[in-house]
Amino acid sequence: MKKDSLKSEIAFQKTIYFSGVVILLLLLGIFFTLLFSSLPSIKAFGLKFLTGREWDPVSGNFAALPFLAGTLLTSFLALVISIPFSLSIALLLGEYSKGGAISSFLTGMVELLAGIPSVIYGFWGLFILVPVIRFIELKLGLVPYGVGIFTASLILSVMIIPYSASLGKEVINLVPRELKEAAYSLGGTKFEVIKRVILPYARSGIFAGILLSLGRALGETMAVTMVIGNSHFLPTSIFSPSNTMASVIANEFTEAVDTLYLSSLIEIGLLLFLITTIVNIAGRYIINKVSVEVR
Amino acid sequence: MKVLFSMILTGLLLMGASTVSRAESGLLGAGATFPYPLYSKMFDVYHKEYGVRVNYQAIGSGGGIRQLLSKTVDFGASDAFMSEEELKKSPYQILHIPMCLGAVVVTYNLPGSPEIRLTPDIIADIFLGKITRWDDFRIKKVNPGLRLPAMKIIVAHRSDGSGTTFIFTDYLSKVSKEWREKVGRGKSVSWPVGLGGKGNPGVAGLVKQIPGSVGYVELVYALQSNMPAAIIKNKKGNFIKASIKSTSLAANVELPPDTRVSLTNTDSEFGYPISGFTWILVYKEQNYDSRSKSKAKTLVNLLWWMTHQGQKYAEGLGYAPLPDEAVKKAEKIIKSITYDGRPIRRN
Repeated sequence: MKKDSLKSEIAFQKTIYFSGVVILLLLLGIFFTLLFSSLPSIKAFGLKFLTGREWDPVSGNFAALPFLAGTLLTSFLALVISIPFSLSIALLLGEYSKGGAISSFLTGMVELLAGIPSVIYGFWGLFILVPVIRFIELKLGLVPYGVGIFTASLILSVMIIPYSASLGKEVINLVPRELKEAAYSLGGTKFEVIKRVILPYARSGIFAGILLSLGRALGETMAVTMVIGNSHFLPTSIFSPSNTMASVIANEFTEAVDTLYLSSLIEIGLLLFLITTIVNIAGRYIINKVSVEVR
Repeated sequence: MKVLFSMILTGLLLMGASTVSRAESGLLGAGATFPYPLYSKMFDVYHKEYGVRVNYQAIGSGGGIRQLLSKTVDFGASDAFMSEEELKKSPYQILHIPMCLGAVVVTYNLPGSPEIRLTPDIIADIFLGKITRWDDFRIKKVNPGLRLPAMKIIVAHRSDGSGTTFIFTDYLSKVSKEWREKVGRGKSVSWPVGLGGKGNPGVAGLVKQIPGSVGYVELVYALQSNMPAAIIKNKKGNFIKASIKSTSLAANVELPPDTRVSLTNTDSEFGYPISGFTWILVYKEQNYDSRSKSKAKTLVNLLWWMTHQGQKYAEGLGYAPLPDEAVKKAEKIIKSITYDGRPIRRN
């Protein structure tokens, strides 16, 4: 009897280790395939791939700076737009309106926001948001493209709010009651409690949520492709049409027959992979640092 | 480890080109999206009449060529003919069989949707970003009596690689030296100006929404969605309205035996100048990869049917059928398909 349970214990442990190793191998596998497949383009262009502006499939010259700029601009702009909203939602659901019908309804809505397929966001953006932006651009005396970095960032910010908001709500819920009650008993107002107790305590979790949402923004493809204007130029303003790394891959992959062309697209994939990794590592570092400060 | 890498590699390569598994009976094809509605109609009728099931995956011309080269399909389909260089990559000879013709129209968004006339040099300069306003004197000159608005021209083009772009840029390369040197032709090019939309619907969406915009879409798409199309001056100096008839007429010229020819800027008197063939690609020698002779026969019969009886389905779906001259060329090519070096079909 005892032997049997020991046996299953070992088998269980092995399964768990195996699954962990498989994930690691997959990650490494993806990295190395991307690396190997992009070798022709790395050899041909070297570092110029990161700094050049030309993307010309006809002459076979490829460089990714405009896409790099487009990706980073849209993602960070989306992050900036989304933070006030996601933080407010997190505070509302985590502190102001805990429990009750309104709260569970709102929570459901926020989660639903995360579940909407991105192509639907794209359609909504194309038919509702783009005309609105075009109207604004006309009023401002700009070229009325409607599509562009700003439109893409707006769509992205709506898409990423649920991620940072729900994680933020969870960590705000985790703030110990004793701490909050102590602050209230000292005569703190609700705002003061949030500012002095809740936010400092939940800081690392809120950061984690924001970084998670940044990861999502960096890789988002469909919705962005539909509203960014897909133009291969370095953006000159936040209303310029642009292109992101993910959307250039999605657009051009099917018809890229030439080896160097295909390899350049895969190198963009590799870059995106590296950027996401860096964002994650940086995030972990920040989270660790911030958590230490609290203690 | 190596196996794992290569597995992931294959997965990546096929990301845009969904894998086509090999069916025992019936035929498999993959490639161009442009003729997809016509092909699926043809294959449906063929299945009902002859009991042969044809599975066609519209994954794009590039994907079709890749799948044919890796021998995962019985035939590929492409809107752009393979270059000498691409053909050299294949160890076996590849044949191009024309199936129908398509055209690309220049569509626009102007108040009142007037019918405008354009000349090749105006089109090239608009897409080069040199003509930037609708009331440019050159546009006015070919459209006397038309009140053109003082609006900025916003160019819309395809953001995805496509045969449509190939035909359009092929045309521009022929009519404008500057375009040829600066941009060139290809399924995707480095556009000097403008916004990109994904697919015909993407470009059409941009054009429909942005006042003063101009873009290019397939004729079929423009007909279906009732978009205005510019009347374009052809090489012989006639202003031609894009239609199924004028597209067919574009192929009314001397064709090379392998039909690998660009029909843009055609010499045909009343032919629409931005037209082109779409082809099915097969291996000349069908005994490869231990294929059975009966499969080769089935394929040849299908191709014969598509270039003959199948042609009557083209017009109803907005495609231009092959003119007689092209059908004769196609017959010769189909007859040259062999199994073990012997032709499969003689008459």
